[in-house]
Amino acid sequence: MTAYALSAVQVLAVAVGGLLLKGLMAKVRARAEGRVGAPVTQPLREVVKWLGRESPRATGGTLMGVVPVVLVVTTALAAALAPLAGVGTAGAAGADALVVVFLLLTGSLALALGGLATATAFGGMGASRAMTLSALTEPALLVAVAAFAVPARSMNLASLVRHSLAHPTGVASPSHVLATVALLVVVVAETGRMPVDNPSTHLELTMVHEAMVLEYGGRDYALVSLGESMRLGLLLGLLATLAVPWGVATSDSAWALGLGLVFLGLKAGALALGVALVEVRSAKLRLFRVPELLAAGFVLAALAVVVGVVVR
Amino acid sequence: MSRRVEPTAVGELRTRATSLLATHRLAAVVPHDEGTRLRVVYVFLAGPPDDRVELEVVLDPGAPAVPSLADLSFAAGRFERAMRDGFGVEPVGHPSPRPLSRHGHWPADYHPLRRDAGPRPPLASDTTPFPFSPVEGTGVYEIPVGPVHAGLIEPGHFRFSVVGETILKMTPRLWFVQRGLEKLAEGCTPARLVELAERVSGDSAVAHGLAATLALEEALGTDPGPSTARARASLLEIERVTRHVAGLGALANDVGLSVVHARALTVVERLTRHGAELTGHRLLRGVARPGAGALRAPLDVALYREVAERVEELVGSVLANTVAVDRLDGTAVLRGDDARRLDTLGVVARASGLDLDARVEHPFAGSPRTRVGSGGDVRARFDQRHGEVRDSLEWLARVATGDEVAATPSARSDDGAGLGVVEGFRGTVVHRVTVEGGRVARWSVTDPSFLNWPALALALRDTIVPDFPVANKSFDLSYAGNDL
Repeated sequence: MTAYALSAVQVLAVAVGGLLLKGLMAKVRARAEGRVGAPVTQPLREVVKWLGRESPRATGGTLMGVVPVVLVVTTALAAALAPLAGVGTAGAAGADALVVVFLLLTGSLALALGGLATATAFGGMGASRAMTLSALTEPALLVAVAAFAVPARSMNLASLVRHSLAHPTGVASPSHVLATVALLVVVVAETGRMPVDNPSTHLELTMVHEAMVLEYGGRDYALVSLGESMRLGLLLGLLATLAVPWGVATSDSAWALGLGLVFLGLKAGALALGVALVEVRSAKLRLFRVPELLAAGFVLAALAVVVGVVVR
Repeated sequence: MSRRVEPTAVGELRTRATSLLATHRLAAVVPHDEGTRLRVVYVFLAGPPDDRVELEVVLDPGAPAVPSLADLSFAAGRFERAMRDGFGVEPVGHPSPRPLSRHGHWPADYHPLRRDAGPRPPLASDTTPFPFSPVEGTGVYEIPVGPVHAGLIEPGHFRFSVVGETILKMTPRLWFVQRGLEKLAEGCTPARLVELAERVSGDSAVAHGLAATLALEEALGTDPGPSTARARASLLEIERVTRHVAGLGALANDVGLSVVHARALTVVERLTRHGAELTGHRLLRGVARPGAGALRAPLDVALYREVAERVEELVGSVLANTVAVDRLDGTAVLRGDDARRLDTLGVVARASGLDLDARVEHPFAGSPRTRVGSGGDVRARFDQRHGEVRDSLEWLARVATGDEVAATPSARSDDGAGLGVVEGFRGTVVHRVTVEGGRVARWSVTDPSFLNWPALALALRDTIVPDFPVANKSFDLSYAGNDL
């Protein structure tokens, strides 16, 4: 029973936390620009507001209704499985890294199909760009997670975190550090942050993620927005858990789980802050340079695996 | 400075134009509907020394036609298409006489600038397809953008023919916001005309207001007075600095450096407030009037020096970012020979290596030196703006500390017409005014955007789609000034 409760709490934490992280990152940018900026809760309030609105859909755009649901559900499933606040999630035994990556990829695919479903030039353009980038980020993500898995000799996220907690010095190993950097690159690319994609731009022609969802409105858009910030929350949480596993609850006690949740929030918040601070100083890469960044991420991840296997 | 009017027979127009184009550029084609006759004035400019030649052709208003000069000058082809739309003058031999300013829902026989045009007839639905040349082949697709854009941008439609991310061809369609300005000017007082001119393009109030003023002074024989040169030339440079700093900030924003943009905007605001003190209007309106032109407050040398420092910091922080520089370098190249062939003007032309500046060619007063860049890419236009800001601020600081601004003697005309040529922040603005009985009979405006839009389309070839915003911003063209 605790396992299901933990999973439910994690999904909720990722949903609310993701939106808050998005608000936090927007706040950092606003402050850097010398503005007061919207409150951190703004994305949360917006999603709640949009949820109460009807969804305009393109003619024949049935897929537009399905895509947001698929995105949210797959991300929620991944959030329920992954050891974020505690390792004892429901289905932890099956919480293979591959499963989590697969669930995230299903969401990406749904978004791309949704972009095509609107039959507008921007939707197709965004979908094409997102898939091109995805083809480069997903392998890097898989290999980076695999690098974390090398010491534990298991792709199961729960046992991986357990192993990491039992061997705390491993966190400072070269393989671990390399894999963390690789995963950071992946997270930045997958969540459409700078320098890969500019989440605050209004310039349609430069968009990657936003271009796919330009045609969405009302409840559909609320779900897309929720799904995308859940991905942000999940990826940052996962990165925090894998890179610095301390605080993740290994017991079922409410006390430990509560503490795990607090640690998750702190770690993900600190990460988001760091990403946002780097973001405000960075310019957006020329689209054709993005593959170079992602390739670098992949190479780091591959290197992490090799180093992990060779250097015990 | 002089303006020579040469009455030319229709049959001799091409010969005369050919010989003039060897030394001059065609700056405007101004038709006048005078009821019993239709008079077309071809304005040719060259300098230094300032030389202004006008070829005057008289046409039969029943079936007006001129031999096309489109094969001699690219600008001529565009002026002729505009003239065909506005006045129904047929350019015989034009290679592509399709409508320019007139959209498909306007009746084909309605020429809004003709004297007897009357009120606008009801508009039909636009049934004609947008005249762009389709590009075909495997993997080629079209991206239609606009006319309504996200953000605060004026309306314009852009049709991109793209393969992958590479732009094969971009066709802009403008004239969504025609206000009929030239028609509005008919019969108004000279003072009212300058007010209208200051509203041609909100960011070029000084350049357009001044061009109209200079044209009116020539037509009316008004003496600008010795003290106006300082006020007019200073305001023109303040406008240039303000808009260029805004443009540099916007370019930084388009490569994602929103913090630099925000800081640039604070500099723009400082300059705007300074402008409001000088003129009483944040958009620098209301100073240049025929025979007048005085500042309400002294020039502020401390401000110019501080702005110069801040601009160096901002530009430095953009150029220190290798990713940002990578976005600017080599993007949307406009080669010098292409820029010359398309009769490109202003910052864009100078960044492509063309030595064109109305402040030197057609001076009305002293001005900063002209700087000519090279390369013709987004970086070159960025550097050009930066350099011009620096030059203008240095010059302003010198003027503020007491340097004299030389006034160039202005022309007098006895034909009731006048020509105003001013280098605005975008490029050369040309106004031509005809006055009858103290009232404006005809006013014609040529904003540099009118001639620079085709250059943007050309520069975009082989640029990638996501780089369009930076390329577009580096040209910084006006829709309102183009659409009138």
